[in-house]
Amino acid sequence: MSIRSESPKLDTERLKDLREDFPILKQQVRGKRLVFLDSAASAQKPRQVIDAMSRFQEEGYANIHRGVYELSAQATLAFEDVREKVRRFINASETAEIIFTRGTTESINLVAQSFGRSRLREGDEILLTEMEHHSNLVPWQMLAAEKQLKLRFIRMNDEGELDLSSLGELFNERTKLLTLGHVSNALGNLQPVREIIAEARRRNIPVLLDGAQAVPHLPVDVRELDCDFYAFSAHKLYGPTGIGVLYGRKELLEKMPPWQGGGDMIRSVTLEETFFNTLPWKFEAGTPAISEVMGLGAAIDYLEAVGMEYLHTYGIELMAYAMEILGAQPGMRIVAPKAERVGAISFLMDDAHPHDIATILDAEGIAVRAGHHCAQPVMDAMGVSGTTRASFAFYNTREDVDALAAGLAKVREMFGA
Amino acid sequence: MSELRDLYQEVILDHGRRPRNHRKMEDATNSAEGHNPLCGDQLTLYLKMEVGRVADLSFEGSGCAISTASASMLTGVLVGKSEAEARELLEAFVEMTTAPTDVEPDDSKLGKLAVFAGVREFPMRVKCATLCWHTLESALNDSDEAASTE
Repeated sequence: MSIRSESPKLDTERLKDLREDFPILKQQVRGKRLVFLDSAASAQKPRQVIDAMSRFQEEGYANIHRGVYELSAQATLAFEDVREKVRRFINASETAEIIFTRGTTESINLVAQSFGRSRLREGDEILLTEMEHHSNLVPWQMLAAEKQLKLRFIRMNDEGELDLSSLGELFNERTKLLTLGHVSNALGNLQPVREIIAEARRRNIPVLLDGAQAVPHLPVDVRELDCDFYAFSAHKLYGPTGIGVLYGRKELLEKMPPWQGGGDMIRSVTLEETFFNTLPWKFEAGTPAISEVMGLGAAIDYLEAVGMEYLHTYGIELMAYAMEILGAQPGMRIVAPKAERVGAISFLMDDAHPHDIATILDAEGIAVRAGHHCAQPVMDAMGVSGTTRASFAFYNTREDVDALAAGLAKVREMFGA
Repeated sequence: MSELRDLYQEVILDHGRRPRNHRKMEDATNSAEGHNPLCGDQLTLYLKMEVGRVADLSFEGSGCAISTASASMLTGVLVGKSEAEARELLEAFVEMTTAPTDVEPDDSKLGKLAVFAGVREFPMRVKCATLCWHTLESALNDSDEAASTE
């Protein structure tokens, strides 16, 4: 990869120090050093995130936006401070554009239920890709069934990449939304989002990006990407589960109706009617995951201290090494071998089923994911029932890749591949 | 590593590599589909019942070594059995593979199928071994509903 030669020299000693921040990596699994290669499913947490959450619960916890007492006031300030951190992290214009959700899935469902239900009419079309995670497919199927919409798909080619050859023909005057993953969770492809978004922009079609697999690896700038919505989860970003973000362009969010009713999203309520709160609280009904928001704030602080550019560069170097080592394994078939990839490698091995591979690797202390990766249509397109996926984070090293290669040798020993 | 060898015994690897009765049956009296939503594996089990006994059995579909071997061995042991005997084996197999690991499993009725006792050490793989047996139950009930490990 060309970026490799241009990249600044990496301080690998510094990475060793960063590994020390992740307590779970010190443990043994089945008597072996834990080699965690499933961060695309959920990333491990640094001590800084774990501590920030317990400290908040021990010293600062109270409900937010409610109490006039000191503890609640401080908790509210700290909570809203994280919203500002998120805004800065993805370079949104205003904090009003940052909505806290339970995660990427809920963020996408919010857009489907609020934007989709209010703006789309019978016969309208949504353009997706064949490579979406179920969370960016099923909400649209549900909406399509309810509103008689048509879903169109950018298909995959034989190389396991999106086929953009007839992209222009997939749009028409009924297309009302483009929604796609920034990085494929199943295969690791960094999608050509600029090219695709440009096509939508020329036609004034709103764009949603599922950024769950991109945010942990790349510096993300929602204004530069020129998207209208951007969804991601904290738990893949070295933060806690149960909290995620929906970025939405203010102009669109303001016109969208609330999707869940309850406390916090209201301004005033009588028995007959309710006046809704302003952005972003209009979309945040009920007590949110307050401690988890503190954890997300700590994760962003941590990543900004390390530097997203640094992590990105390291990720590219580690990926190049992993592709070289895995590519040289006998009987190996990497899915989408030529794609520009971020964070994950999906592969098949002669004569060994992904579940068997994962079990043998587990006995070596190596955690990988086996199966359809919540993207069954991708597997159908490839004509397989599942793959084995090794996914990487900055706490992974070349030694982890070497351990994986040694584990795959054991698989071949057992299954004679 | 010894637990791994308990799971992947030679006989299981052999049936996984070269499954027996891996074919479609045109004149089946009963059939059912099984599906493991966790991994996406699917199999179809065909059954030919003659005067209350299993006259022929086969399966189609691809899966991991454990699920393929389990289906292959199932088709081997059930020929000639009555429906009641088949159900008895089904119950014994599910009981053995889901028994707590600190208890010696009762494999007295299972014969060759006892090689699957090792799967108990791998909770995530139990469903691989039991998928074909759940599918057998659907086939015996001749239900149109797909069996599921969930």
